[in-house]
Amino acid sequence: MAEITLRNVRKSYAKTEVVHGVDLDVAAGEFIVILGPSGCGKSTLLRMVAGLESITEGEIELGGKVVNQLEPRERGCAMVFQNYALYPHMTVGQNIGYSLKIAGVPRAKRDERVGKVAASLGLEDFLDRRPAQLSGGQRQRVAMGRAMIREPKDFLYDEPLSNLDAKLRVAMRIEIRKLHQRLGTTTLFVTHDQVEAMTLADRIVVMNKGVVEQVGSPSEIYRRPETTYVANFIGSPGLNLIAATADPDKGKVTLPDGQQLSYDTKRWPDVGYGPVTAGFRAEAVRLAPGGITGSFEFAEELGSGKLMHCNFSGHTLIAHAFGDRSFQQGEAVSFQIDPSAVHLFDAETGRRLAEADGSAMAPAPRKAIAETLPV
Amino acid sequence: MIERTPVLDFITQTILVLSLVALLMPLWVVFVAASHDYQTVNQVPMPLWPGSHLFENLSAAWAAGNFDRVMLNSVIVAVGVTAGKICIAALSAFSIVYFSYRLRMLLFWLIFITLMLPLEVRIVPTYAVAANALGPFEAILNAIGISIRLPEWNLLNSYSGLILPLVATATGTFLYRQFFMTIPDELAEAAKMDGSGPLRFFFEVLLPLSKTNMAALATIMFVWSWNQYLWPLLIVTDHANYATATMQLQKVVPGPLFGAPPIWNTAMAANLIVLTPPVLVTILLQRWFVRGLISTDK
Repeated sequence: MAEITLRNVRKSYAKTEVVHGVDLDVAAGEFIVILGPSGCGKSTLLRMVAGLESITEGEIELGGKVVNQLEPRERGCAMVFQNYALYPHMTVGQNIGYSLKIAGVPRAKRDERVGKVAASLGLEDFLDRRPAQLSGGQRQRVAMGRAMIREPKDFLYDEPLSNLDAKLRVAMRIEIRKLHQRLGTTTLFVTHDQVEAMTLADRIVVMNKGVVEQVGSPSEIYRRPETTYVANFIGSPGLNLIAATADPDKGKVTLPDGQQLSYDTKRWPDVGYGPVTAGFRAEAVRLAPGGITGSFEFAEELGSGKLMHCNFSGHTLIAHAFGDRSFQQGEAVSFQIDPSAVHLFDAETGRRLAEADGSAMAPAPRKAIAETLPV
Repeated sequence: MIERTPVLDFITQTILVLSLVALLMPLWVVFVAASHDYQTVNQVPMPLWPGSHLFENLSAAWAAGNFDRVMLNSVIVAVGVTAGKICIAALSAFSIVYFSYRLRMLLFWLIFITLMLPLEVRIVPTYAVAANALGPFEAILNAIGISIRLPEWNLLNSYSGLILPLVATATGTFLYRQFFMTIPDELAEAAKMDGSGPLRFFFEVLLPLSKTNMAALATIMFVWSWNQYLWPLLIVTDHANYATATMQLQKVVPGPLFGAPPIWNTAMAANLIVLTPPVLVTILLQRWFVRGLISTDK
């Protein structure tokens, strides 16, 4: 059963529409990450679910009940804010127990539940401290405790990790994932960080300019991006995209400088003659003679390999290369790209072209994306 | 930039000390005059070191000025005005900052503009209203065609008359508004998610957070209302029951209460009595105020 259902949800401020009709079904217990750049409407969407923003149009259902008109407290959601929003004048214990106090839970019972939640987050020793005396990670845990104690049906996270330093962010990411495994609470998690999204989500909702671009599991989104926007946004680096002209008879696309790239004609049977956008992952490129040639610009060293930035007739393409060989700036490099790794998009709409069979996916990437990334 | 030049240091320190002396000198004279007997005080020149009659003079002044009653009146009025000002300032700022409704900014500016209209400027109409508090409503009702006689409610010679007309405060509202605006929106949202209503948020989150703000406002307002002179003088005619301490000072030199020619030693003792409470409040609240700052910002 769908725990959270969004039906054509729109939001306008005065006359400007910022969320343009979002539909989404979230199953009970699912961990959904809403991913997008700043200003794409992802936080607004979350706040509409929480009840902190009014819904201009459409419906939001929680547990099968339309909640458009309900106050935040009646919706049964708990939220963790980006800056934690802890009450500065209350101790950790009071912060965690505040919602119970409002609900009129007697003191003894309240203390017991606060104690349990604090213990599960490793905060037992800090119950009498004020938020100002805690470190960032501890504050983050208090904010999570405050959300947990209400035993909510839904957890809402609004970029909760962006105020933490890189190392702590990885640790808290793992804690959030573990917490979800333990409690199984339906979760909406908003972030602009694709690594967070890939590592945490059961399903990712990619948003751009108030529109949902694609909904899918992390690997689906990585392997079969529906639009050029998603293709470029997901992965580090994003998919290399280049304008080209398709020739379905030869099974090739011609790049602007006349070089040709083969693609899998069985997978893309319906491609017509004419302009398309071709794309391939940096990880799918092999450094070998006889492929397409460009000039080397510079390399980003990753330790395990390097990201080579090369110029192909004015476009910068990035290849993930292994080995110790170093190149001079301007040196000619030749790449081979497996035809099955080439993605094709409509040149105008940016949408993925129709494939013969959805199951025919690009080969698995050489390594999990999270490992190649210095976080 | 911090200067470290001995010559400049010396000059600035000297200016500082001289200013302090200039500031404290009159107080010292009051204190010295209050501690001598009648003959010594009237010598020329007056001695500059305190004598031994301070407590004698204080008790004489206390009795002559009816300070039992008068100090109580002043405390009631000053505490009432201060508490009223803080309540009204906090509530009106809460409304302006946390609720969105039409004319909100207009209301804020109307409150703000009253800064330009201190009591002294509007004292005649304020007196008219105090003499008949329901009068304006009656006038409005009559103007729109409802002929009605409301009962007369007279604030003259009463604590409410001394307190209520002074209670509204644009300064306080502004101070609170600025403070509320520094509180992150997420705090209000977190309280909403926790199930708190607006009043609960106001009492359990905003007010505790504004403790230091409140202490500052209370200090300023207590001293201000203690020193009110013109308004009490105007609306109190029953001096035996409703006179305030500052009013009583007018009778010190030379007057029926303290005798003529002026008896400077008791007059100065009366001065000391009247200026003690505001000084105490300032000292006490300031210590508390600093403590509040330290414990929240650690």
